Amino acid sequence: MNIAVEIRDVAPETLSTLLPTASQAGPAPKRIVVGYGFWIFLLSDIVMFAALFAAYAVLVHATAGGPAGPQLFSQVNVAIETACLLVSSYTCGLMALAVNSRRRGAFYVAAVLTFVLGAAFLALEIREFADMIARGATPQTSAFLSAFFTLVGCHGLHVAVGLLWLVVMMAQVAVKSFQAAVVRRLLCFSLFWHALDIIWVALFTVVYLMGVRA
Amino acid sequence: MNQTATNTPALAQEGPSGALVYTTGLVLAIILTATSFWAANTSLIWAPGIALGLAVLAIAQMGVHLVFFLHITTGPDNTNNALALAFGVLVVFLVVAGSLWIMGDLNGMMPAAGSMRMPMHH
Repeated sequence: MNIAVEIRDVAPETLSTLLPTASQAGPAPKRIVVGYGFWIFLLSDIVMFAALFAAYAVLVHATAGGPAGPQLFSQVNVAIETACLLVSSYTCGLMALAVNSRRRGAFYVAAVLTFVLGAAFLALEIREFADMIARGATPQTSAFLSAFFTLVGCHGLHVAVGLLWLVVMMAQVAVKSFQAAVVRRLLCFSLFWHALDIIWVALFTVVYLMGVRA
Repeated sequence: MNQTATNTPALAQEGPSGALVYTTGLVLAIILTATSFWAANTSLIWAPGIALGLAVLAIAQMGVHLVFFLHITTGPDNTNNALALAFGVLVVFLVVAGSLWIMGDLNGMMPAAGSMRMPMHH
């Protein structure tokens, strides 16, 4: 494109009319604004998780004579949880593609797969928590376990909320089909679900993989 | 501006290449996750270096998720999202590194273990 040549030929005062600024182009489409706003919320959520990570890292050795990470964590369990959440993030991406091309059948298949994998992750985590508590490793036992249950439990709570949200979105697609507002909510949901997987990457690395070495 | 042509964090590049982008991301994430689990259990790596290696692998995987799943790129339509992310990363770094630095410093100034009952001992 020889647009630079054309611009050189016009007088400076007409340049502003030739290249409209952001405000002249009018407000951004609602889809962009909603996505940006929800991204800001997710970043604030990540900052909250950063505080929980910092608390965990400070308190990880404060076991108060109770059990420490290597006696409590099962790497096989964590590997299966990680696989469930990673593949559910992938199926969530396929769900977003189905929404964009308005394929209802593909949307339902991907949404149900995402839900099943997310629910499997949550079930494994609840079983792990129940097993730890049955062995006497309760949140009251030590500062380390308080920080552990707060950090991992907060992530699990986010996953539970995400599952509920996904069910609501499937019902909304069933009733309202792909209206603009429903598509925007689905955009926010997939952002939320991918962000949870990013937090889980930090979580399994810091808590479980570094924990079994210590 | 056409709504479908604009770029948003997720659900951005619709079209035939969309599934390929997600599949590429999935394959890269699986490779990085598998490497993390291997590195945590191997005896081939100098033990004190493993934590650093795991941190590098985790940051790389978060980058893969951001680019291939959330579609945060450096493209012109994505400037606001990338700038917000940069600020978020700054705050996360300050909170985590600052907490560890200050609490580590406080622990270092505590009397030695044994002379006093301490809530935290490293």
